[in-house]
Amino acid sequence: MLGRLVLAAALVAALLSTPAHAVSDPAEMLPNPAQEARAEQVGRQLRCLVCQNESIEDSNADLARDLRRMVRTRIAAGDTDDSATAWVVARYGDFVRLRPPVTVSTAFLWASPVLAVLAGLGFALLSRRRAPAPAAPLTDSERSRLDALTDP
Amino acid sequence: MNRRVLLLAPFGAAVVAGVGFYSVLGRMKTGTFDPHDVPSQLIGRKVPDFELPAQAPGQGFGSADLVAQGRPVLLNFFASWCVPCVVEHPELMKLSASGLPLWGIAYKDTVPAASGFLATHGNPFARVARDAPGQVAIDFGVYGVPESYLLDKQGIVRWRTAGPLTPAVVAEGLRPALARLT
Repeated sequence: MLGRLVLAAALVAALLSTPAHAVSDPAEMLPNPAQEARAEQVGRQLRCLVCQNESIEDSNADLARDLRRMVRTRIAAGDTDDSATAWVVARYGDFVRLRPPVTVSTAFLWASPVLAVLAGLGFALLSRRRAPAPAAPLTDSERSRLDALTDP
Repeated sequence: MNRRVLLLAPFGAAVVAGVGFYSVLGRMKTGTFDPHDVPSQLIGRKVPDFELPAQAPGQGFGSADLVAQGRPVLLNFFASWCVPCVVEHPELMKLSASGLPLWGIAYKDTVPAASGFLATHGNPFARVARDAPGQVAIDFGVYGVPESYLLDKQGIVRWRTAGPLTPAVVAEGLRPALARLT
């Protein structure tokens, strides 16, 4: 019982905890905390191209470290968050954005949740309509037999 | 009739999926398809401005030198620590022997290691430079080595491959791209 409680507590803690940052090297961080926070915000939306399912803030890959440094250089030089992102996107394309912009080629991707719900609704309606017709009422002989069988 | 169609539908779907997987895996094996491929943003655009220092046995070069060639050049990012670079090296030697100018950029490498790599495996490059910090590579959109960029005689990037130049990639990607240039 106690073991189970401890396990559950550990699971809840694991779910609640925010992911650890790979920017563990203080030398990488900008001296200005506001700029550092903005750089982290930008970096968390950029995909590491080596591991592809991690942001550059979370990845330990060499290229992610280089891109982190470039984002910080741009932010420290006075770039807005958008222009720092655009700088990376200009080199690596929309694929580096973990949140892809809505364009013609990503329209299907963005519409897919709605399409899935619509497909589910359509399926539900169709299978409802196909429900078998209610059975014909019992004939008199069937009813008397049923009564005979269920008579206590 | 309806029932038979319903019964056969899963088998049909399995056959279609099987054929699809087979062809995709086959293309992954020859290197003509990479599911992790990130399309280059440079295609149809001018080579980014850069100036890189010397890497023995070359003297280094910049974007102006590439454009000044006035003929197509294959620009290759490589590193001595990179295993697929060893895989593609015989193909680079063949391309160089066939008369296509190859220029190399040693990515995140030391001078002795990169020159040792070229001494061991042969030097296919007309000119070699080094990008130790990897900054110029970022301007190209490089996300791993090897990567190869085909530039036309105006210095516009016409074709790019991320990953080793296998015989299949050369035959199905590079050669047709070269043919389109002339």
